[in-house]
Amino acid sequence: MEMTRREMLVKSGKFILLTSAAAAAWDYVLAGKAEAAPNYDMTKHWWAMVIDPEKCIGCGNCVRACETENDVPEGYFRTWIERYHVDDWDMEHPQVDSPNGGHDGFPEKYHDGGKTFFVPKMCNHCADSPCTQVCPVGATFITPDGVVLIDPKYCLGCRYCIQACPYGCRFFNPKTNTADKCTLCYHRITQGLTTACCEACPTQARVLADLKNPKDPIHAFLRTHSVQVLKPQMATHAKVFYKNLDGSVR
Amino acid sequence: MKDFLRSIEHLLRVVLLLALGVIGFLVVRRMVIPAEFGKYGHFRPAALDEIRAHPVKFAGRQACEACHSDQADVKSKGKHANLGCEACHGALARHAEDPGSLVPKLPDTAVLCARCHEANQAKPKSFPQVKTAEHSSGLACNTCHKPHDPRIGG
Repeated sequence: MEMTRREMLVKSGKFILLTSAAAAAWDYVLAGKAEAAPNYDMTKHWWAMVIDPEKCIGCGNCVRACETENDVPEGYFRTWIERYHVDDWDMEHPQVDSPNGGHDGFPEKYHDGGKTFFVPKMCNHCADSPCTQVCPVGATFITPDGVVLIDPKYCLGCRYCIQACPYGCRFFNPKTNTADKCTLCYHRITQGLTTACCEACPTQARVLADLKNPKDPIHAFLRTHSVQVLKPQMATHAKVFYKNLDGSVR
Repeated sequence: MKDFLRSIEHLLRVVLLLALGVIGFLVVRRMVIPAEFGKYGHFRPAALDEIRAHPVKFAGRQACEACHSDQADVKSKGKHANLGCEACHGALARHAEDPGSLVPKLPDTAVLCARCHEANQAKPKSFPQVKTAEHSSGLACNTCHKPHDPRIGG
């Protein structure tokens, strides 16, 4: 049997391609079923948060509650409060401070009667989040119910996501040596509780919302109020909606 | 046939090596990537269960009100009706599960009330605020205001 070089190459090419195809098919056959979470259907929820800065009193309850609930190391924040001070017309240059993330409240600093207000911040659980797009190992991801999470077992600690987040919501956890951030209290909301920060907020400045639940009051709220997300120009499709947000807020 | 094999021997070696490499790659890949990876997206589905296994520290006000309905009734009539119990009393899931295992301490009103009600320019104007140093001349807040229903005489 004679075989040209071309035929030989074609044959070996087919052999290699078919082997990998068979292996991929075999993978598919072997893949089993994931453990279904009892009483919780991920496909029926799409979590979001509504924040009303006009209700925030800067007490720091949310920051402390988050720290307690999620064992956040001291000096790091999954949620924090910023104090904005806007001097008359200069909206481009607001004075912003956040002493210890607002954990211990805000000592009085301004006495001039200018525009001063609090803005609670946290992970925006973006539908198109830059952090999940840059993760090289699939350690950060968005769940089918719309929560951006980190798999600490897969995270290498490369910190790429920390740089990618336009909102500065991520930090490097020195205890676990992985990236860390708000989980939207995934362990709570999947069993019917609200987040720790919402539970502890004394003024309902923040409220957990489920955009897929037609009975959730968020639908009426979004229809009847002016809302804004942070940095809409980043096209992240953030899901933390701020009511009547001042233009100086970044 | 013998001649043929001899003539392509150099190719066969390369192909065999390549095939071994590919098979080795696939075997290793199968071993290191969990079978379920990619089920819901580019991540490990088991991570969801691991994150959900995190213990709850704040029981939620429904859990509190199941036993302390008397306090809840008083609170529901006052200005603090919308406050969660644990906003002031702290995280008490352990107490809700087994009341004897953790007996909560009553918060010190001198610290607790000021956290929210100390006057600050950044607070919303409609929110009731006082300068605590001037307001009560050193008396504890709960001398006049009962925290569950803070109006005087409440």
